[in-house]
Amino acid sequence: MSLNGAAYIAGAYEHPTRKATDKSVALLHAECAIGALEDAGLSKSDVDGYFCAGDAPGMGPISMVDYLNLKVRHMDATDIGGSSYLLHVAHAAEAIAAGRCNVALITLAGRPRSEGMATGTTPRAGNVAQPDVQFEYPYGPTVVNVYAMVAQRHMHEYGTTSEQLAWIKVAASHHAQYNPHAMLRDVVTVEDVVKSPVVASPLHRLDCCVISDGGGALLVVRPEIAASLKRPKVKVIGMGEAPKGQMGGNVDLTYSGARFSGAAAFEMAKVKPGDIKYASIYDSFTITVLVQIEDLGFCEKGKGGAFVADGNLISGVGRLPFNTDGGGLCNNHPANRGGITKVIEAVRQLRGEAHPKVQVANCDLAVAHGTGGLLGTRHGSATLIMERE
Amino acid sequence: MAYQQRKIPFAGAIDSNPETKPFFEGCAAGVLKVPHCAGCGKAHWYPRGVCPHCMSQNLSWRDASGQGTIYSFSVMKRAEVPYCIAYVTLAEGPTVLTNIVDCDLDTVRIGQKVALRFVPTEGGPPMPMFTPA
Repeated sequence: MSLNGAAYIAGAYEHPTRKATDKSVALLHAECAIGALEDAGLSKSDVDGYFCAGDAPGMGPISMVDYLNLKVRHMDATDIGGSSYLLHVAHAAEAIAAGRCNVALITLAGRPRSEGMATGTTPRAGNVAQPDVQFEYPYGPTVVNVYAMVAQRHMHEYGTTSEQLAWIKVAASHHAQYNPHAMLRDVVTVEDVVKSPVVASPLHRLDCCVISDGGGALLVVRPEIAASLKRPKVKVIGMGEAPKGQMGGNVDLTYSGARFSGAAAFEMAKVKPGDIKYASIYDSFTITVLVQIEDLGFCEKGKGGAFVADGNLISGVGRLPFNTDGGGLCNNHPANRGGITKVIEAVRQLRGEAHPKVQVANCDLAVAHGTGGLLGTRHGSATLIMERE
Repeated sequence: MAYQQRKIPFAGAIDSNPETKPFFEGCAAGVLKVPHCAGCGKAHWYPRGVCPHCMSQNLSWRDASGQGTIYSFSVMKRAEVPYCIAYVTLAEGPTVLTNIVDCDLDTVRIGQKVALRFVPTEGGPPMPMFTPA
């Protein structure tokens, strides 16, 4: 059974805060839920499915379901890091198709900025029962240096340059200037990026995403319910998920799980990368975008550097408008997890509700893709393809 | 740039996961032990109680030659003491996460031949790292 068309995204809400010193994480989740319900024109009593991931306080979905006092008959707290929420949309579509729920609420929220978290630069031991920890923690893996090794290898294999990577940030900044909520609204140049301090070679400060508080929520609904609502209809037509790790020591940093999740999503959707009008691509770092663009099939492996250069990702300028909200690089990376904002901006584009300066003309087909965890060690990839109906 | 050695942390104890205790005992004795599978004939990394290639538990430890090649690396500049994380492909096959030590970190390159060097940790045995051969 194909899940193409099994569900629609009826509600999408991005919390406007980027620093929430006066709110708990649970309340941020709740405010995102309220926002998505208002956006869809649905109410709390319509929700019969709930999805969250590791940012939700408490055990799996249990505490947040109780906090919101939801009466659900389907719950899922699958955590694949920042890409969890794209996977949740797919799992919600599966649950809807199986008759397990009609209206699935997905929430994300966190406040790493208020909590002063050195998100990307601090090694964390975690639980030694996690089987890789004792063999990696002594070597000081941080978020940024593990992604940086992917960039270093890409440069070695394919001749990719720091200037090419910088174009990804430049494109994001061109979009962020129109987003009043974006953390970084100044347009930057390639020179600004490559002259910013190196954090972990070859990645510079401006190759890295922001650290922000905030959150987002989505409502995934049965087709009949989507038809009864007043909002433009965004149909989920393709979905894919895949893990990728070290493969028992056969480490290959040249590709990500997007190779598999993307192929599955495009096959289900029966469309090709060349058909896509807008792409939300996870941008924890510039290199994340480059590798995923290649793996999703927007260009040949190794040609990502040339593909992203010269403004090719800027809306109204290039062939593949991406992250028109400014993305994680400039706008928002709530809870250090950028997956939900990727779906939200794709929904805005498909509804024609993006900022007029970045709205893609006749945007009827979009992809949203996420990487969760660490690109250079082990991660989860999730891809969604959505269509305006 | 003169090399400065950061303090190396250790996570847990050598027997936190009983099946990998021999690896850390090897480290304490200055030997890098690589897990090898009699079921499929392949080595793997990181060490674990089951072969990730064929799921056999018929595993044994083999002493590594200590020779390797840098597959990728990154110099962590934003740190109290900068350090170089790397993937090194061992002569025995697997690619392992490690550090490149005892050299000018600005000269580290992919493809460089490196040799094993044990570096003391805080609270655990010395851990295997590499320096340009």
